[in-house]
Amino acid sequence: MYEIIEKRELAPGIKLMKVKAPLVAKKARPGQFIILRVMEEGERIPLTIADYDREEGWVSIIFQEVGFTTKALGMLEQGDSILDFAGPLGRASDLDGRQRVLCIGGGVGVAPLYPQVKYLHEQGTHVDVIIGARSKEYIILEDEMRKLSKNMYISTDDGSYGYKGFVTYVLKDLIKQGNKYDEVIAIGPLIMMKSVSQITKEHNIPTTVSLNPIMIDGTGMCGGCRVSVGGEIKYACVDGPEFDGHLVDFDEAMRRQQMYRNEEKRAEHECRLYKGAYE
Amino acid sequence: MALILKKTPMREQAPDKRRHNFKEVALGYTLEEARTEAKRCLQCKKPLCVEGCPVNVQIPHFIKCIADGDIKEALRIIKETNNLPAICGRVCPQEEQCESKCILGRKGEPVAIGRLERFAADYMMEQEEDQQVPEMAKRDKKIAIVGSGPAGLTAAADLAKLGYDVTVFEAFHEPGGVLVYGIPEFRLPKSLVRKEIDGLKKLGVKFETNVIIGKTITIDELLDNGYEAVFIGTGAGLPKFMNIPGENLNGVYSANEYLTRINLMKAYDFPNSHTPIKQGKKVAVVGGGNVAMDAARSALRLGAEEVHIIYRRSEEEMPAREEEVHHAKEEGIIFDVLTNPVEILGQDGWVTGIKCIRMELGEPDESGRRRPIPIEGSEFVMDIDTVIIAIGTSPNPLIKSTTKDLAVYPWGGIIIDEETGATSKDRVYAGGDAVTGAATVILAMGAGKRAAKAIHEKLSRGE
Repeated sequence: MYEIIEKRELAPGIKLMKVKAPLVAKKARPGQFIILRVMEEGERIPLTIADYDREEGWVSIIFQEVGFTTKALGMLEQGDSILDFAGPLGRASDLDGRQRVLCIGGGVGVAPLYPQVKYLHEQGTHVDVIIGARSKEYIILEDEMRKLSKNMYISTDDGSYGYKGFVTYVLKDLIKQGNKYDEVIAIGPLIMMKSVSQITKEHNIPTTVSLNPIMIDGTGMCGGCRVSVGGEIKYACVDGPEFDGHLVDFDEAMRRQQMYRNEEKRAEHECRLYKGAYE
Repeated sequence: MALILKKTPMREQAPDKRRHNFKEVALGYTLEEARTEAKRCLQCKKPLCVEGCPVNVQIPHFIKCIADGDIKEALRIIKETNNLPAICGRVCPQEEQCESKCILGRKGEPVAIGRLERFAADYMMEQEEDQQVPEMAKRDKKIAIVGSGPAGLTAAADLAKLGYDVTVFEAFHEPGGVLVYGIPEFRLPKSLVRKEIDGLKKLGVKFETNVIIGKTITIDELLDNGYEAVFIGTGAGLPKFMNIPGENLNGVYSANEYLTRINLMKAYDFPNSHTPIKQGKKVAVVGGGNVAMDAARSALRLGAEEVHIIYRRSEEEMPAREEEVHHAKEEGIIFDVLTNPVEILGQDGWVTGIKCIRMELGEPDESGRRRPIPIEGSEFVMDIDTVIIAIGTSPNPLIKSTTKDLAVYPWGGIIIDEETGATSKDRVYAGGDAVTGAATVILAMGAGKRAAKAIHEKLSRGE
């Protein structure tokens, strides 16, 4: 059992949990993820590590309540425990040797971006950050990112905060203004990462994206997380979760993300536990 | 006494009933049936069956005890060399091992050794008398076992019985390895695996789940942190795909994923269990091994109307156990042999069909089996909505990639000394599918035993 030592709501339906997991914290590095199970009969879901403290022995996760499991997770409170919490999984980000990096986070994707921005900042790298969300209330980690970045840009779809529009508008603008970057790191919804990668490809800016596909074990055993990268099949769990954004087949990845759409609907309608919790 | 040429039949769930449930197919012997069967044994002076057993269970000896009605003693004898009899009695390929050597088999059917082994274990579990923990002197030495499948569990049990302080590390949330994620409930009830594991806990074995060796902790860290030896029994968990077009369509599974969702994650009970699985109506399983049979029969139980086994050679070359093929056919699985998929077809991202080509057998290949050759122009399309690829697995590279000086073959198997299980790295041993590639439960157990013995010899030197 893994105790939740802190819980906060960062935005409507977006929650942060600091989880006591000393072994995971000891090894965690930016870009890696964990797999958790909330309860007996629970599903195993991957979540990217949002922060960690080796000394204090905790790992934090930030998640949006979208499906059954994330909703059940969101119902746990400080002092409760998560049944299973395994990691760190996947390869760590390669962040060394960069001069200027642009980090783009969309929605809850800002969370896994945070340890990378932090790491880059500690290396003395010039980091600019764009964070985007549907509207002002969904912007997360703004203060934290502001402290670590040289320049910080915000965009919201409805214009309630920062630029009106998608993060890609800001990205295009920055490129147009003549900003040069060694690399763009984009984490967020697949459609956002796809759009970012299309733009950076036109300008030949190396781009890294982080994928979070459906998986079970996270160690290469099920193959459920397979993704086409440059025409080759890769497993997001062991070959990723980060890949070259210019090579990822995003359309396929988006389609595979929909694999259990019908089952998820069914679960919401049928599951006794779900009904019990929400009636 | 006249020879009885036939095995005492074992009751089974009827095919038309069992194809709709995940309950165990074979129901086991009663005490009376077991004693009748045990009395068929000729009690050979030089028992060949024992040689046929990878862990050399004293077969005539335990069978004699069953015949005499002393089941407790029978189980004690089995457990001297086999820590997991309820499991082996069910999933060992006895027809290729002990039973293949039985003298009775020359004229009729061999003694049903597997069924008797299973009986002894089940009977004593029911009596709940299988609790006695042998007295053992504690040794103040820690040993780490990586992976909790058959190889790891066997090594752990043997070393615990010798008094070592044994910890088993498992990446999943539940111990058991392939016994819990791979082999379906209808062949090997999970409650039984749990009981066997509880037995190991009583021997003092500790289980650390959710620890991925190579990620959470490395092998070198184990050795630096007080573990005197490490046994790697991580299995062959990496699924192979065919590299044909369409394999990334929605509705295509590796057998590993399909079976793990069903067995470990209990997707058959969705949504009470929260892990979903696609309930295909027309399912094609590619492959001819036990895993393919397990996947096909599982698909049927999930409610498929039609399940095909697609295999490129003929039924004669199928690596699956005869019993599994027989059970699958009884349940209505359709066998498309001498057939090979060339493309998975889809629409809007979902599987709609599989394009196959007919094959014929040519000259024997390096495996000794006749090589399948495509018949030109024989392509045809089967309408299906789910494809399960069960063409084999290879060892997981996770440990290799994080362990210095651990030598492996180019295909991924860990290189060991056959006698001892010693790897290229000092104090590190390995066995089971991680070494051989996908094989059987009992071979993995044999490897676990050999390594345990070698570890004990090394650590007790100079004591």
